[in-house]
Amino acid sequence: MEHSHADIDRHVKRYLIVGAALYVLTIVTVAAWRLHLSTGAAIALALAIALVKGSLVAAVFMHLISEKKLIYWTLVITVLFFFVLLLLPLFTNLDPVSL
Amino acid sequence: MDIPYTVAARPDTGLNNGKIGIWLFLASEVMLFGALFATYIMLRVGAESWPRGDEYLNVWWAMTNTFVLIGSSVTMVMAWASLMKKNFRAFRLFMGITILCGLGFMVIKYIEYSAKFEHHYYPSTNTFLAIYFTLTGLHGLHVLGGMVVNAYLWGPGAKLWKTDPQWFTNRVEHSGLFWHFVDLVWIFLFPILYLL
Repeated sequence: MEHSHADIDRHVKRYLIVGAALYVLTIVTVAAWRLHLSTGAAIALALAIALVKGSLVAAVFMHLISEKKLIYWTLVITVLFFFVLLLLPLFTNLDPVSL
Repeated sequence: MDIPYTVAARPDTGLNNGKIGIWLFLASEVMLFGALFATYIMLRVGAESWPRGDEYLNVWWAMTNTFVLIGSSVTMVMAWASLMKKNFRAFRLFMGITILCGLGFMVIKYIEYSAKFEHHYYPSTNTFLAIYFTLTGLHGLHVLGGMVVNAYLWGPGAKLWKTDPQWFTNRVEHSGLFWHFVDLVWIFLFPILYLL
């Protein structure tokens, strides 16, 4: 992948903006914690902010915004299995079998 | 025999082998941490009561660590950008700051762990602390691993810059991908363990 100096300068500007956004979102996360919301609302809000922050890191710092198809497919499969892994314990709670 | 496609992209994938390798490794890491997050959910959902993280943990230290790790991600990517602009001195500066940030993170983690042990809080104390020490311990090992690789690239590994700058730049990019992943995991660990 060829990049001119002007391209890199644009990237650097983007990195700094994203870095600042991540700092702001961290402060928002802690400010929300200080509000002492109900557990459900606190979990939803904190995870939503974390999701935005994680997406920014993955898209900009890890360059996923402009990657090759093979990487996308690798990640799609990984994310699919990741959610299966997260849902498995929840399914056990829905298990109708009782002892 | 030289390792093929360390710099040039493979014609079939459009990527060099190092990049495919690091992404496959990160995919396995997603599953590793995914298994532990699933464990956390199972333990929390199944528990009769679950403490808020701030009952045991210091949110302010963790917030500081979040800032440190985000800052290190910015300097890591700046180190790579410096190499892309053929500015080796700037690379050394940014990579050095990244390593120092990693060190700062570990020092704060040490302070946090020490405070827990002083209060006789151990992984065996309760389920919450067990999953806290497991998740943050594993994450800490990843920070340590990333620091070792970054220190190698900052020091002895930097010799490659003189003979094959593009290969060296690729190595820094791949190391950076791992470092950003470690940052990404912490972004989720912070609210889940400390704030909820």
